[in-house]
Amino acid sequence: MAELFDIAEHVLGWARDNEQVEVYAVHDHETEVRAYEGAVESFSSAESRGVGVRVIVDGKQGFAWAGTLDMAVLAETFADARDNAQFGTFDEHAGVAEPDHVEPAMLELFDPALLGFATEAKIDLAIELERLTMAADPRIVGIESAEYVDTVHEYAIVSTAGIRRTGRETGCFVSVYTLAEHNGETQNGFGWSVGRAPGALDIERCAREAAERATRLLGATKPATERLTVVLTPWVTAQFLGILGSTLSGESVLKGRSLFAERLGDLVAPSFFTLVDDPTDPDSYTATTVDGEGLATRRNALIADGRVSQFLHNAYTARRTGVVSTGSAVRGGFTSTPGVGAMALQLAPGTATQAELIAGIDRGLLVQEVSGLHSGVNPVSGDFSTGAEGLLIRGGALAEPVREVTIASTIQKMLHDVVAIGNDIEWLPMSAAGVSMVVADLTMSGA
Amino acid sequence: MTSGDRASLLDESVIESTLAAALRRGGAFAEIFVEDRRASSAYLDDGKVEELTSGHDRGAGIRVVVGETTGYAHTADLSVPGLAAAAEAAAAAARGGGAGTRTVALTRRATHNASTVQIMPFEVAKARKVELLQRADHAARASGSAIRQVAANYGDSRRRILVANSDGVLAEDQVVRTMFSVSVVAAGDTGMQTGRESAGHTIGFELFDAYQVEALATQAAERAITKLRARPAPSGTMTVVVGPGGGGVLFHEACGHGLEADLVAKSASVFAGRRGERVASPLVTLLDDGTMAGEWGCFGIDDEGNPAARNVLIQDGVLTDYMYDHLRARKEGRPVSSNGRRQSYQHLPMVRMTNTVIANGTDDPAAIIAGTERGVYVAQLGGGQVNTATGDFVFGMLEAYLIEDGKITEPLREGNLIGNGPQVLGDIDAIGNDFAMGHPGTCGKDGQGVPVGDGTPTLRVTALTIGGTAA
Repeated sequence: MAELFDIAEHVLGWARDNEQVEVYAVHDHETEVRAYEGAVESFSSAESRGVGVRVIVDGKQGFAWAGTLDMAVLAETFADARDNAQFGTFDEHAGVAEPDHVEPAMLELFDPALLGFATEAKIDLAIELERLTMAADPRIVGIESAEYVDTVHEYAIVSTAGIRRTGRETGCFVSVYTLAEHNGETQNGFGWSVGRAPGALDIERCAREAAERATRLLGATKPATERLTVVLTPWVTAQFLGILGSTLSGESVLKGRSLFAERLGDLVAPSFFTLVDDPTDPDSYTATTVDGEGLATRRNALIADGRVSQFLHNAYTARRTGVVSTGSAVRGGFTSTPGVGAMALQLAPGTATQAELIAGIDRGLLVQEVSGLHSGVNPVSGDFSTGAEGLLIRGGALAEPVREVTIASTIQKMLHDVVAIGNDIEWLPMSAAGVSMVVADLTMSGA
Repeated sequence: MTSGDRASLLDESVIESTLAAALRRGGAFAEIFVEDRRASSAYLDDGKVEELTSGHDRGAGIRVVVGETTGYAHTADLSVPGLAAAAEAAAAAARGGGAGTRTVALTRRATHNASTVQIMPFEVAKARKVELLQRADHAARASGSAIRQVAANYGDSRRRILVANSDGVLAEDQVVRTMFSVSVVAAGDTGMQTGRESAGHTIGFELFDAYQVEALATQAAERAITKLRARPAPSGTMTVVVGPGGGGVLFHEACGHGLEADLVAKSASVFAGRRGERVASPLVTLLDDGTMAGEWGCFGIDDEGNPAARNVLIQDGVLTDYMYDHLRARKEGRPVSSNGRRQSYQHLPMVRMTNTVIANGTDDPAAIIAGTERGVYVAQLGGGQVNTATGDFVFGMLEAYLIEDGKITEPLREGNLIGNGPQVLGDIDAIGNDFAMGHPGTCGKDGQGVPVGDGTPTLRVTALTIGGTAA
């Protein structure tokens, strides 16, 4: 980590007096083990290092990156960024983040147990996961993939404005895709478990849930088109929250690309609906203490008691809007400039279990999986349409499985139609937590 | 910046010693993949050129196969010790028995480039790239007062690769890609709508001799404006006509992924065990063709060193073959099909599509539309997704219209289409004679993205489920 910081500092030293410069250096290590038929199918050990350099001169920004920590190459990279800056359009708000004296949360996101976890043990986990999944139900006939993945992420971010941040985080997960077969029909199901170190992984649950998800869809048919109440499983809700988060970015708002652009303070959801982005919650898999520009992350309430309460900002969008950064600069690695985005979304949970939510529904659909959600959502108009599969709900109980249906609405209408949120918060390998959510009056299109 | 282009990415002696190190602990197969990638991009949004970006990445991935196990490690350090360390890590990962010394005799394969590059994008002044963005911005904004926002993106890349393996293969390739896209937001009484248009080819800066950025921008703006008066898409099962160049993603999802031999071998495909059987309407002939010069999914060699190939997957409705990479072909004792691809040197190769195309039929496209009493005409499809195990797939409609009494009438808002691969392939009842390529795309599988192309003539599917909001 010290090495990464020293390199970043060294590169920053090349800045001229008239330049604002930000250097972001990353060192990632990832291990991936895939098991198949009781043996290791593949074992990959991946290490990547790189630096992204942002230069702003006279209100114009340039950027360059290189996948190496080699000083000679980084000197060329710096020169490229400086050269690129000539071609940006002048923008009075352009610039690196100014330190705002908010101290990063004290979180332990680095678990040394991960580093001490032997290769053999990783292999055993993946193989055991496959074995448990195969044994979970006689109808499980195969495995598409059973894997163990871990990452060690180290970063340093320094700038001419006085930003000096460095940190490291660990994470790991297991996941399995299983195949179930009955009467010549195949269905599949996904299971997962996440943690900062392998001790937190629950492979029994991962295996059991993957098997259950696959087997309960066996016999699925395409139902008739109907308007009904829908229960989104935590996995599906998390995917919707990701899309909702993108519409609440200050960048989308500034550029006229958000359906919430003019709606700060408006009631857009029922009063029990509160959505926060909180990367300082240590339970979140994507928790982090510093954002992509080196500012402290913080808990931001985006929709509070049903009202749009705040948009997310990085330093640039905040300056342009006349507010302060919410510590929401996100980067897609060292190869891109900081954007704006949610990092760890979660809904305020309700009090009911998923089973209790279902018990109160006469005719409905439990959505287990959605597909094509990203291609089917227009975050500007709010229109969305997605493929779905799951189980019908009749008289308060789960009934027959359905497949090949779509559900469609607008984000605006769907938020208004949320009737309940479950108490089953679930942490996923993504930047939103899952929870069961009930939405009334959605169209399920089938035959 | 382009100095040293002529030189090989790695000396043969270093390749040989690295392969020997990889096989030191035993193993049936070892491979070194070296990649040097330069990319530049420029982005305009909200009337401003936000920034120009330049990037450079270079490294090598080493793969060792022992029995059923593959070990993989990569490094950005191309020195002899750096490569030896990666080779050791890959060999350790594969944990083979039967240690011993093996030498490899390399045979350099003739180079055949994917396409001829007339103007290397790296040699073009940055100011010219910026000017393209500004021209697109002006043209889109001039399309009407409803235009609220314009974003334009320019990108180019040059990827040089070298592949050598213990079978004696040694091959190199250079692929240059250039692309441009515009997305526009229009606002009206009904809210905001978006429109998008893009062009991309495996060629150099001469892309802009074939495409005027103003025309791309105007097309994107018109799509957004048209959608302002669009009505909600219907819901339920309907007949769908897909326009020329618009249907590639349908086949990519409906059967392309299901014909990838790695998924077939795990029985995770509805097309497993069906070679020689009728799987589609007899009108359908489907190819995967990595040799289509200049198209987005083409290359000289795949990422395992095999020359690009043209593979017939479905001939007149009958499944003729699957797509293969090295590992899958070796297991089944058959030749590769040159479909081994990877996102970068940091990734293991796997079976991937290249350019997925449907061969021309004989129907007059106008007659296909005129012969459709009621349905939906999709001019442009968006991204899609498939569950290969069940065959169920979805994709978005970016530009669609109602067909009423054999005529294209009102525009429709966005929605997803959903279908089942084998069923939809059987439900194709007309294929036009107007083949066209679609838009450049990126196909994702197991977290790796690779550039792919697709193309189709006009075609009609008698029943697809449309997920609109209209009752």
